[in-house]
Formats: sequence, structure tokens, C-alpha cells
Amino acid sequence: MGDVLAENRIFSTVYTLVNDLVPDGWSWVAYLAAGMSIIMLVVNSLMIMATFYTWVERRLLGRFQSRLGPNRAGPFGLLQPIADLLKLLSKEDILPRSADRIIFNVAPVLMLAATLIVLAVVPFGRGSYIADLNIGILFVVAISGIGTFSIFMAGWASANKYAMFGSMRAIAALVSYEVPMVMSILSVVVLTGSMSMVDIAEGQALPFILVLPMAFMIFMVSISAELNRAPFDIVEAESELISGYNTEYSGMKFGTFFAAEFANVLVASAVIAVLFLQGWRWAVLPSHLWFLLKVGALAFVFIWIRATLPRLRIDQILGFAWKFLLPLSLINLVVAAVEVLSWPEQTALQQFYMALINWPVAIVSIVVFSKIVSKRQPVQPVVRVAVAQEVV
Amino acid sequence: MYGLGLAKGFGVTLKNFIRKPTTVQYPEERNTQHTRFRGQEFAWYQDRCTGCASCAKYCPLGIIQIVTDPDGGYEQEGGSFKVDVFDIDQGRCMYCGLCVEACPYDALYMGSNFEAAQTQRADLVITKEQLTAREKHPSTWFRPQLERNGYNPHTEAADDFHEVGREPFFWHNKRPQSLSEAERKEATAQGEYE
Repeated sequence: MGDVLAENRIFSTVYTLVNDLVPDGWSWVAYLAAGMSIIMLVVNSLMIMATFYTWVERRLLGRFQSRLGPNRAGPFGLLQPIADLLKLLSKEDILPRSADRIIFNVAPVLMLAATLIVLAVVPFGRGSYIADLNIGILFVVAISGIGTFSIFMAGWASANKYAMFGSMRAIAALVSYEVPMVMSILSVVVLTGSMSMVDIAEGQALPFILVLPMAFMIFMVSISAELNRAPFDIVEAESELISGYNTEYSGMKFGTFFAAEFANVLVASAVIAVLFLQGWRWAVLPSHLWFLLKVGALAFVFIWIRATLPRLRIDQILGFAWKFLLPLSLINLVVAAVEVLSWPEQTALQQFYMALINWPVAIVSIVVFSKIVSKRQPVQPVVRVAVAQEVV
Repeated sequence: MYGLGLAKGFGVTLKNFIRKPTTVQYPEERNTQHTRFRGQEFAWYQDRCTGCASCAKYCPLGIIQIVTDPDGGYEQEGGSFKVDVFDIDQGRCMYCGLCVEACPYDALYMGSNFEAAQTQRADLVITKEQLTAREKHPSTWFRPQLERNGYNPHTEAADDFHEVGREPFFWHNKRPQSLSEAERKEATAQGEYE
């Protein structure tokens, strides 16, 4: 039995059960069965949650817009995701004639796989995780980049200009927002002194949303851009590009993209909960329930943002990342590093002192940089050429 | 203050989130329409109609078909034509109400219904038989006399032509000779036939 998985209760239970059944020398079967059982549990629970998250999102968006949302299929419309799934499954699977067949088919699978693999390092509760990698958060950042890669694959393979535009925008947004996102993660890593997700959650004497407010803000904004969610949903801007990278997709391939996008929101919420909300920790309630509550609250915030903010232009989005978020994240990182040098031990009191410093720094730097960024450039006078005269 | 606009925007959506949705669950509950709602299912009073076909002439889409019988049975005293066919093709109607405005005898009214969906286009043509047989809910649009008694087409019907038109009824009669002496005097006193 591997050292990493030894403390996992489900793994050890299944391993012992199967190991008793198989003959000697066949313990790899038990190892495989135990691993597969955990993967089945995690993947299926995430997919079921993502399926019903579509219902939650549509209901809440409806309420934000003073309507009801889907409420016809089943009690409170709870069967709506199942109806959608059946519809998608029964639809014709169209492959464009000039599409790159292999890449076109692989892209949705890759996107969903990237989403699911991220979940491997996320701790759901006290002692329950698939793997406690010592580079956990680096793993999350690296694997979530594959999701954008699959978006580009989909856009390229579709042989459709709108899909191509959408995926080019996705690449531009990824390149821009990966930088401040990693910077804000780095400040968390500097404070806890570890990249392991479990250690990060354990190292938070106070929730880091209080200790590092600016890092939380930058991370929320960047992850919204990474997830292609409003107000950064230029990748699938319906009014400009028909549906962006998944324009040519139909049937269950589209459904896979759809499921991956909604699962992405949940996974991102889980990562934020670990990085900034102490993960599963907090008293009274069971740790898994705390984690679920935090993920739910963050998902609600994502829906709230989507319901409120209008879509930005591509130049506004890229300018926001490079001119505003990048300097802020650098300031945040430097301040966090200096604080760690001053107070090497991470007790609740010391993190409270850090919060006392970080909040004024955050407010002042946000206000100052917003003044600088929003300063209007002198507009060049537009020279209009009188073409109409020639016609007359 | 900086960032106030953002906070205000989030506040607006949160306020909408908390309050009761304004959605009306249509098949179970219905919005109440105004009494002057220009609805479907015209109300037509055969006893008032002289078959002058003003409505058909004024219809911008030409969807009202009227066939009259000059030797008809004088549906009303003094009437000249018997209306044989009165078809309105609702499938092409845009509910402008010009036919109702054009009617000189208050015989045609807009309806107050909005649920006239059919499965075939041919079923959307409402005929004279349907118009006479169905319960009439005339809209008060362009007929303000209906509103004087507090009439509400969504709750009550007005099947009798005496209830809806202008009274007295003398103006309708094109032949003063056919009136009785007393009626002719009253009509003349009210300014008719001058």
C-alpha cells in the first residue's frame, strides 16, 4: 500500500476487503480496486454536483432577474438537468466536413479530464483527499492550463471562424490572467511555506481572505477570467461569437463541454476554499460539511457576479490584467514576503498583525492604481476622408 | 467614492434576489388585461350590422370578407343588406382595430381574449357562424360608452346588442318612415335626420 494513500480510510477499507479475497501475489488487484473506488466516488460525486449546479445556477440567475427559473420538470424543476441530459444525448452528433476529426473529438474529453484531475489534490475534509502532493497548488495551476489548451483545440479543429476567434480570445485571456493568478497564489504559498493543499489549509490560523484580502480579490478576478465566466466571458460572447469555441459542437460533445464548464466552477470554488477559507477547518460542524458549505457560498458568489456585471471588451480585459492586476499582485507578494521575514512563525496573532497591515495596503493600492489606470489618454482627432464626393 | 458603483450594482441584483419574482405562471394564473385590450375573437352584433362593409374597406390587410345579399331578409328594421358571409382571417390580423373604428353602427368590437391558438391556419379564420354563436366579450377599446356602466369584458359577457351600442337606437334606422310617430318625434328632437 502506498504511503500517500495509507491514511485514507476508504482506500484502506477497500484494500483490506479485496486483499482478503484475492490469492497471495495478487495484491495489485486490491490496490487497483481501492484506487478505482476512490476515483469513482470523487468523479461521480463531482459530476452529479455539476449536473445539479446547472439547475442551481439557472434558478438563482432567474431569481436575480426577478423571475423563477426552470420549475416545470419535477419538484422545483429538479429534474431539469436530467431532461437536458436526455435531450443532449438524443441529439445528432454533427462533425463538420472540414473539421480535424481527431482533435475535434478529443477536445471535450480533454477539457473534462483536466477538470477532474485537478480534484485529485483538493482535500475535501479532514484527512480525505486522493493525493497530498507536495506541489499540490502548482499541479492545480498546471492542469487547469490544459483546459484552455482544449478550448484552443476545439476552436482550431472546428474550422469555423467564430470558434477560432473564441479560442484565440481564450488564449489571450489565459496568458494575461495566469500571471496575476499565480502571483496571488504565491503570496499564499509564501505565508504557509508549502505548496501542498493540505498544508496550506492547515497553515491558516486565520482565513487568508482576511489576512490577504488583495490576493483573494486578484484570485477571484483571475479565476473568473480563467473559467470564462461573466464579466470575462468573451470566449463565448453570444452577441459577438455565436457560441465561441463550441459553436460547431452538438449532442453530448457539447454536453461534455457544458458539464466541464460547470464542474470547473465547482472545482475553482473548492480551490478558493482551500486557499483562502481554511479549507475544511472550523469548529462544530463535520469537516466535509464545512467544505461543502464554503464551496456552495463561493459558487453563489460566482453566480452573483455573473448576474450583476456586464461583459467587458477584449482590450479592457487584457488592459485590466496587465495594467491593474499585475502591479497589485506584485505589491501583494512583496508585502507578504516582508511580513513573513518579520514574523517567521505563523500564529493567529501574527496573522492578525499581517491582516492589520494588509487591509490598508490593499485599499490604498487599489485606489491609487485605479486612478492611474483610469486616467484618460488624449484622443487623437479622427480624420474623415470625404469619399462620398467622388461618388457624386 | 471609488468602487461605489460596483457595490450598488451588486446591491441591485441582491435586492431582486430577495424579493418575490414577478413571473406569472401562465397556464395556472393569468395577468389581468386592461378593459381596452385589443384582443382576439372579435365581437360582432348581427342585429346592428347593415352589411355596409366599411370594416372590410378600412382593413389595411384586407382580411375581412363580407358577402351581402341585397334581397335579404332585412335582419333589422330598415336594414338594406343581409350579411351572408362575414369572415375574419385572424392568422393575418395585426389587431390595429381600424375595422372597429370604421364601423358606423357599433356592430364590430375588438375581443378581449388572447388565447386563440389553433393547430391549423385554416382554423384561424373566424366565420359568421362562430361570431354569432360564441359568447361575446367586447373590448372597450374605441367604445367608451361601454365603460360608463363599469363594464369589464374579462369578467362579464355582453351578448345582447342593446347593452353595448349607443342608445337611443334611432340613428341606426335609415328610413324614418318605418319608425312610429312617437319615435320619429323623439329622434328628431335628438337631432336625427337633419
